[in-house]
Amino acid sequence: MSKLTPILSRHWAEPNSWSLTTYEADGGYAGLKKAVKSTPADIIQAVRDSGLRGRGGAGFPTGMKWGFLPAPDGGHRYLVVNADESEPGTCKDIPLMMASPHMLIEGAIITAYAIDAERAFIYLRGETVHVYRRLLGAVEEAKKAGYLGTNILGTGYDLEIIVHAGAGAYICGEESALLDSLEGRRGQPRLKPPYPAVEGLYSRPTVINNVETIASVPGIISEGAAWFAAMGTERSKGHVLYSLSGHVERPGQYEGPLGMTLRELLDMSGGVRKGHTLKFWTPGGSSTPLFTEKQLDVPLDYEAVEAAGSMLGTRALQIFDETTCVVRAVARWTEFYKHESCGKCTPCREGTFWLSQIYERLESGEGTEADIEQLLDTSRSILGRSFCALGDAATMTISSSIALFRDEYMAHVTGHGCPMNPRATALFAVPAKKKGARA
Amino acid sequence: MTYTDEQTTRLGKDAAAIIARYPKPRSALLPLLHLVQSEDGFVSPDGMAFCAAQLGVSTAEVSAVATFYSQFKRRPTGEFQVGVCTNTLCALMGGDELWKSLTEHLGVGNDETTDDGKVTLERIECNAACDYAPVMMVNWEFFDNQTPESAAQIVDDLRAGKDVAPTRGASKVCSFKEISRVLAGFEDGRADEGIGAGAPTLAGLEIATGESSGKGDAA
Repeated sequence: MSKLTPILSRHWAEPNSWSLTTYEADGGYAGLKKAVKSTPADIIQAVRDSGLRGRGGAGFPTGMKWGFLPAPDGGHRYLVVNADESEPGTCKDIPLMMASPHMLIEGAIITAYAIDAERAFIYLRGETVHVYRRLLGAVEEAKKAGYLGTNILGTGYDLEIIVHAGAGAYICGEESALLDSLEGRRGQPRLKPPYPAVEGLYSRPTVINNVETIASVPGIISEGAAWFAAMGTERSKGHVLYSLSGHVERPGQYEGPLGMTLRELLDMSGGVRKGHTLKFWTPGGSSTPLFTEKQLDVPLDYEAVEAAGSMLGTRALQIFDETTCVVRAVARWTEFYKHESCGKCTPCREGTFWLSQIYERLESGEGTEADIEQLLDTSRSILGRSFCALGDAATMTISSSIALFRDEYMAHVTGHGCPMNPRATALFAVPAKKKGARA
Repeated sequence: MTYTDEQTTRLGKDAAAIIARYPKPRSALLPLLHLVQSEDGFVSPDGMAFCAAQLGVSTAEVSAVATFYSQFKRRPTGEFQVGVCTNTLCALMGGDELWKSLTEHLGVGNDETTDDGKVTLERIECNAACDYAPVMMVNWEFFDNQTPESAAQIVDDLRAGKDVAPTRGASKVCSFKEISRVLAGFEDGRADEGIGAGAPTLAGLEIATGESSGKGDAA
């Protein structure tokens, strides 16, 4: 029997899974109906007791974040949902919202009620137009059903949800950059403190949470904090989506308790692509140090992954087999960070530019051994010296890949270019039968 | 050149509806830029002047914002934006091969448009569909698990004026101007088209329900 626990994903296979009818038939909006019968303070306490931590990467305790809001002063307070999912390898929120937008809407209504916000925003990355349609449709359906708008479920509480489409910028996943973007500006991070809880959107108290975090709230309210906290490990509670991608037989979304291992996930999903072996993987997207087969049994929770030298991030498990050149992989990520650096601070703006040039040299066969040292040196000049986490993130796979695969970097120097066959990594090199099975 | 009176009146109504959604008008700038793309196919100088006038800010401020975001195009583009993900995961799973074959097939490079004005090809970053790699986006609709052959067929059909259906999305790909209007927040009635989830999205659910007869362990 597998450890998997489909909760957020439980009705994704139903016909018209995105519709209000399907969602309600599956118990949807039971959490909201229960929530409006209790006080906001009770809801915040339940989320605290559940142990829910942010699913967007940082893992900050959600109830505590909500508790940071200053006491009401009669002015506006906002909820902002971060639906800007753009971290390379991360692919959980977009399918969640496509299959089940109401789960997010319900979570947003409960959260807004708990923090007494009269407006909530869902900031969706603009590059997923169909998800935008589904969210707009779900908001309309929820309004008609009396879950949104004025006097929600007869409580006298009013809430409006605005679904806002971004326009293509990874940095807007950083919460303060997202707020600037939502205010109609370039998406550049703000100096913290003040934190958004104190001065967020329009300089007013604001809670910002990731999609999966907010979508987990209805279950906590309807089933109880103890139910949620019974899943997971000591300090990493609850269910999460593990996103398996790359050189695996069955990529996809696997929902289970925190603390599962990659070995367990691979065992149940058919493992690494047939005839190949695991070379390296990311536990939480391209901003987390690389792991190898040595970490197959590390429990995927916040503490154990950190103790093993990486970060849980978004559980974006990108799997690369032995056909993969690590220099090519990291070079491409580095190019991404260069492209997405907002340019506000010098270490990140200049550093990612230089790092990317060094990778170009290594790949074109013009690299030297000193270039490898330069990658490490430049990474050290960025790490901890940047305005936001993007700069730090850019260095993670660089330093970890050199630590793990220095010989492979050297082979690019001595062999004047990549020693590996770049075509061997492609999935359509596999027999046609398997492609059919995946489609 | 500026917008005609007819354009100004029509777009002015749309702009007012957009601005009314937000507590502060300036928040409407991104959707307004999507709106002018729906009119011109790119963020034109006229469009930027229009946005500035609607919000009472300078065109320089509008330009500063428009140039920050990769979805805002600064020159006319094709009816269909074909984006190949060449971030690491997709690139290695075959995105690099897709890119190479499409540039050869279409005879255009990054951010270039075919002579018939139909297809603008671009390299895009991770679009949150890694379990469907390699991925291609056409006007920001998902085309999953692509091969060089399937990608060539898609662009050929688009250029021939045929309806092309994304893997996960509306029942057909709309034009760049049409989807820009959706992104400005105007529904096009297509939300119920297409599927809820593809096979990878359901992979874990299938394993869980197959082994525990219909319900997850803790559900």
